[in-house]
Amino acid sequence: MSEIFSASVIISILTSGIRLATPYLYAAIGETFSQRSGVLNLGVEGQMLLGAFVSFYVVFKTENLWLGLLSAIIVGALMGLAMAFVTVNLQAEQGISGIGFYLFGLGMSDLLFKMLLGTVETVKGFSVVPIPILSKIPVIGEIFFNQNVLVYVAFLLVPIAWFVLNKTTLGLNIRSVGENPEAADSVGVSVVKIRYFTIILGGILSGVAGASMSIALLNVFQQNMTSGLGFIAVALVYFGAWRAWGVLAGALLFSMVQAIQLRIQIIDSISLSPDIAVMMPYILTIIVLVASVSRVRAPSALTKPFDRGE
Amino acid sequence: MSDNKLPSGHTRIDSLEMRGITKRFPGVLANNKVDFEVHAGEVHALLGENGAGKSTLMKILYGLYGQDEGDIILNGKKIKIDSPTDAINHGIGMIHQHFMLVETLTVAENVALGMPSSRGFLTDLDRVSERILELGKIYGLEIDPSAYIWQLSVGQQQRVEIIKALYRGAALLILDEPTAVLTPQEVKEFFVIMRQMVADGHALIFISHKLHEIMDICDRVTVLRDGELVGTKIIKEITKSELANWMVGREVSMTRELVDVELGPARLEVKGLCADSNRGTPAVRDFTLNVHSGEILGVAGISGNGQKELAEAITGLREVTGGSVLLEGEDITHCRPGEVTERMLSYIPEERMRDGMIKDFSIAENMILREHHKSPFAEKGFLMLKTIAKHSDQLIDRFRVKTPSRDTKAGTLSGGNIQKVVLAREISRQPRVLIAAQPTRGLDVGATEYVHAQLLEQRANGTAIMMISEDLDEVMALSDRIAVICEGELIGIVPRDEATPEKLGLMMAGVNPEEEAASAAR
Ligand SMILES: Nc1ncnc2c1ncn2[C@@H]1O[C@H](COP(=O)(O)OP(=O)(O)OP(=O)(O)O)[C@@H](O)[C@H]1O
Ligand SMILES: [Mg+2]
Repeated sequence: MSEIFSASVIISILTSGIRLATPYLYAAIGETFSQRSGVLNLGVEGQMLLGAFVSFYVVFKTENLWLGLLSAIIVGALMGLAMAFVTVNLQAEQGISGIGFYLFGLGMSDLLFKMLLGTVETVKGFSVVPIPILSKIPVIGEIFFNQNVLVYVAFLLVPIAWFVLNKTTLGLNIRSVGENPEAADSVGVSVVKIRYFTIILGGILSGVAGASMSIALLNVFQQNMTSGLGFIAVALVYFGAWRAWGVLAGALLFSMVQAIQLRIQIIDSISLSPDIAVMMPYILTIIVLVASVSRVRAPSALTKPFDRGE
Repeated sequence: MSDNKLPSGHTRIDSLEMRGITKRFPGVLANNKVDFEVHAGEVHALLGENGAGKSTLMKILYGLYGQDEGDIILNGKKIKIDSPTDAINHGIGMIHQHFMLVETLTVAENVALGMPSSRGFLTDLDRVSERILELGKIYGLEIDPSAYIWQLSVGQQQRVEIIKALYRGAALLILDEPTAVLTPQEVKEFFVIMRQMVADGHALIFISHKLHEIMDICDRVTVLRDGELVGTKIIKEITKSELANWMVGREVSMTRELVDVELGPARLEVKGLCADSNRGTPAVRDFTLNVHSGEILGVAGISGNGQKELAEAITGLREVTGGSVLLEGEDITHCRPGEVTERMLSYIPEERMRDGMIKDFSIAENMILREHHKSPFAEKGFLMLKTIAKHSDQLIDRFRVKTPSRDTKAGTLSGGNIQKVVLAREISRQPRVLIAAQPTRGLDVGATEYVHAQLLEQRANGTAIMMISEDLDEVMALSDRIAVICEGELIGIVPRDEATPEKLGLMMAGVNPEEEAASAAR
């Protein structure tokens, strides 16, 4: 029992917790943008899977990590574009079309995997880049400043997202489109353009979220490797009350639970069925969502297509 | 100041002309070859019955709808307005019938929205706030730029809308029923602002159903009927009743006859009622009154003095924190709204668009809302579509709801017609007690006359009616007794023949003249 509480174990749990927060952060920050503009994107998981596969495959073939990342960005952007067309122009029901996009990403990544790879391969992914000086700080340096680039960027995204949403004209436009699209439209803010922007941005970040798993955290691609993480990211946006910092708190909560869970699995002295351990993040999702209900009001126009009524 | 500049620093619009404008919606010809013209320094009224096409014509001018035919000519040059941005760039501003404000944002954020910022991609809310205060000073529009919209009263929200338009450099301002939601005092203040804007060289288009307002503030009036232009006249050359008849196309009576009705027992008894506002502060304080069968009890008061909370506490929509409510002797204090409805209490809420109807439902569906689960509209769980259709057709006919069909979505109706759907539903179920808040807000003179007649008919049938209204003329014309509410308290009840606007006005400010007199005598 004592071994889980030793300092080195705790540090390693925290370190992997920070690392594991990466895909949650990318996906949930992207989702925050689209939800703040009034669009519920349930296709995150599908976008992540395709991003994960494509970036993995490109790295597998070219060994160029940046090219792999770029391909995930492009795939995510294209998925976002399709989603934007369906929900903004065709005004389809957002929940249902999101599930459609999820199934598409799931099936497509699976198909491509079988056609192009066939077996589970590994690549050399983004490696740890210690930050000079900071990484030398005891404990903290090891936990926060000994990570790979995608981890650093993920955490930087949080203040950036906060800044964009609250301090820029773009953010003001996004918030007003999500609250009252008629009002935004009546002063010349293009609801269509703003929603296209946020949905595509969400797609890109979901693609990167997938890539962060396949070419930075795990360095493999497997069928359905995200296993619901994209849906948890959507839930995190609710948990975080549509605020970047709230999303960060949620992402850390989940990644830490996951890190503990992974630890427990490899410790013999705790006889917890691995199935139960794996369930922990999902059970936590339900508990946390129930607890966070109605704390803050959702954007008023969330899931509502906009139409001038002409 | 050069000749064609406004005090806001923007260029004047000397003349604007709409020629041969036609606009079709599915099943409706909303505008049919309409000509309209307005010039700098005038207030031009646009008048017409509910659904005549006023808002549509103005939305075309503001770029929200595209016209099917016709031209817009600005200062002699033909222009194209394809979006609100085009309109704003041409100096055209609009204040909508339903406000276009983002409630969760501040005043400054709402004003800044959609405008280029002096700091590039960063917002410049400090600059915007300064400008708001500056414009506020020029036009007497005091407002706190950092307040959130949801914290403001309707009158204050309207100021934000005006500032929004001025900030955008509006030289021509479209005002779509701006006074419908204002108290008489606020209307007076609003007119002062309008007069100043006109004197400064703005062009104003003013839509209202209140003829005395049009007589008071406007220079010319253009009348639309069924989407067609009836004509344009100079206000000085026409009287109020001529105007009414001209607009409706028949004689309209401005006076109401109250026949003698024998007063029945108290059907609604409110005893020491207390309730809180949404923010948790006391809104109704120890309120006591009775409404008898066969009477209309008017509740007068300045908007936001607890009227809404009072009505909601009675109807079970708001938690009662003290006191009790009896309906025909039975305690309904803590009944759920459905149970109150079952006992044949009808409620016409003030915010009908939000609380009284479902926008995406058809008119027929909206018209059976309270009764949809029982005979004759439903039998054994099945909706009786034929009965529902017949019922709604009757109501559409009786209340003259202007709509292509009963299956039209209620949300697409004109402002006044939406009101009629709710009124028709609540009045037609023959309630024992009827609570009507602002029953004629947004209705044209013809429809107002009709609704008043309906209320009087209910009164004659023995319904106990509580009519909450900010319109003193309406209260004094229809009520047997007038209760005045101020800050959630009952100030006093005045019988009809003792009520004068001065006395009610004083009481609405919280002064009870009788108590005053009594204490003066002492
Ligand atoms: N977006 C829309 N879709 C379909 N029909 C519409 C739409 N907007 C307006 N109409 C119809 O066009 C007609 C004119 O409506 P409009 O709103 O211009 O009337 P209005 O004169 O402003 O009336 P009110 O005094 O009640 O506000 C109505 O019959 C209405 O039902
Ligand atoms: Mg209108």
